This record gives sequence, C-alpha cells and structure tokens, in this order.
Amino acid sequence: MAVTDYLRERFFPHMWCPGCGHGTVLNSLLRAIEELGLNKNNIVMTSGIGCSARISGYVDFHSLHTIHGRALAFATGVKLSKPGLKLLVPMGDGDALAIGGNHFIHAARRNIDITAIIMNNRIYGMTGGQFSPLSGPGKKATTAPYLTIDREFDIVELAKAAGATFVARSTTYHAKESIEFLKKAIDHKGFSVVEILSQCPTHYGRKNKEGDAPQMLENYRNNTAKIGSKALADDPSLIARGIFVDVERPEYCQEYDQIIERAMKE
Amino acid sequence: MAKARLKEQKIIRDWCKGCGICIAFCPKKVLELDAEDKAVTVRPEDCICCRLCELRCPDLAIEVFKQEEE
Repeated sequence: MAVTDYLRERFFPHMWCPGCGHGTVLNSLLRAIEELGLNKNNIVMTSGIGCSARISGYVDFHSLHTIHGRALAFATGVKLSKPGLKLLVPMGDGDALAIGGNHFIHAARRNIDITAIIMNNRIYGMTGGQFSPLSGPGKKATTAPYLTIDREFDIVELAKAAGATFVARSTTYHAKESIEFLKKAIDHKGFSVVEILSQCPTHYGRKNKEGDAPQMLENYRNNTAKIGSKALADDPSLIARGIFVDVERPEYCQEYDQIIERAMKE
Repeated sequence: MAKARLKEQKIIRDWCKGCGICIAFCPKKVLELDAEDKAVTVRPEDCICCRLCELRCPDLAIEVFKQEEE
C-alpha cells in the first residue's frame, strides 16, 4: 500500500501552516503504519483539540475528533470495549499535558494498550500562540510578552514516572528515527509514549526568533543527541533522543478480562 | 551495487506550501523553489534517491520513484 492509501486525500492540502512539523509527524506515522502492514480497518485514531488534533481528519482510519485533552479518555473507552483494535492518540503538548494532563498520567499508570504520540511544538498554535506547559522559562508568547517564568515538563520523565512501559523521543528533523520509534511503540503491548519535537514556525518560531522551518529543523539537529552518544556525554544540555523505556508490565485490558472471568464464575 | 537513479520525483503542486524543508536538507541540492514558491526538481540527474525530501515533507507532497535496476 502507498502512503496515500491511508489518507483522506479529499481534505488536502491540509490546514497546517507552511513548514509546520505536524505534517511531518503525520508523514512518519503513516510510514510506520505502512511498514508494519496494519489493516486500516483495525486502527482507531482519537484526537482532542488544537492544531495537532486535526490529524484525525486526514487519516483514513476510524477516527474520533473529541474534546480538549480527552483524546486518551475516549481511546480508553474504545480500547476497553474492543481490545482487538489498535489505538493511536496523537496530541499536542497542551492537549496532552495541560488540559489532558490527568488523563495522560492515569492512562500511563494503567498501562492500557494505547500509543500516545505527543507532537510537542511548545505552544498553543491554533489559538494564537499562548505559552504551554512545555514552553519552558524565558520564552516569548502572546500571553508572555515579557517572557515566561514557568519551568517546562519533561515528557519522558513524566511518562516514566507515571508508569508508561514504552517511552521514546525524536524530532521532525529525524524522520527515519521517528518512523522507527513509532513502529516499536505501535507494536508495544501496553501504554507507549512517543514525543516528537515539532516546529511551529508561525508562532513559536517567529516570537522566539528561531527562524523559518528549515532553521528550526537545523536547531533540532544541533540541539539534540542520541542517548548513550558521546555528544550527549560531552554536552548534557542537549536534548536526549532515543528509547528511554521499553519494559513489560500487565496490560489493562488483559487484567480486566480476568475480572470478567472471575465475576462470571460466581 | 549500482548507484540508485531517479525515475521521477512526483511533487503535488496543490499540496506544496513552499516551506523549503526539502530544498534545505537535500544532500545533492536537487530541488528549488519556482516563481510560485513551489518545490520543483531542477537537477534530477544528481538525485541519489535517499528519499529524505519525501520523508520530511510536512505537506506529504513528494514521492520519489527509483529507476528499476537492469
């Protein structure tokens, strides 16, 4: 199958801005699915609200465009009622970790077999460039004209602590690596999290003088390094990329099946 | 192994928004923006079919077709 077979081509060109990293995340995700040879009738994508959430409209899977921050809650419902389906949940940084922060940590704690993809552009793009919990201190946003003072979340550490059993991070510059991580995450039995740093040249890039889309991608190349690499050991201020967690733990739907069995015996 | 040769670089003009990512990171400088700010193949003979343009394109507008090996 070609990548376009997984697209609803009638909605193209998509609504994302020129150079928006979210398109590259969609691109990588479709290639991962294609390489895994998944049947699109077995895939459900749920999304919340925001630029990132528009992704569910572009894929030819079962899709639910739901409410802000609640994509994982809807996905949990779908998964529990039909555990045979593959659940993909792309979210923006605000959608996943501000509005949906609680759903995120509890989905990770339960280890329900869902793949969460966090398209982290460090800003609320759709509503005009307000800072998010991933912006970090010293950044400019429409709601922070004199710079932000909030520390950002570290998605990898948060997911790890909450109990996710697969956690990885890549960027839109590293498309091949993203595809590799997404394939592993989708194959993983349990709650998997893939953070992909995704450029927002329109708001974050412009306000923080990070240049155009190619320049922002170059920053991803220069400011990140693979875990275990010499570059990262020499300069720990770089953002680490790689697979941080890949462990097995009882999966929620399987555990729930046992409850049903026990209840039926009585 | 023979060098991979480009058969066609299909670019959907309607989908391309001219962000320039394919152009900036093409290792062989095969692409350029035309007068309408759309990516076009200008040096197809230099293409090594690495497909980085196709994989990074945020508009999903590029597809690289290799020549079949003889």
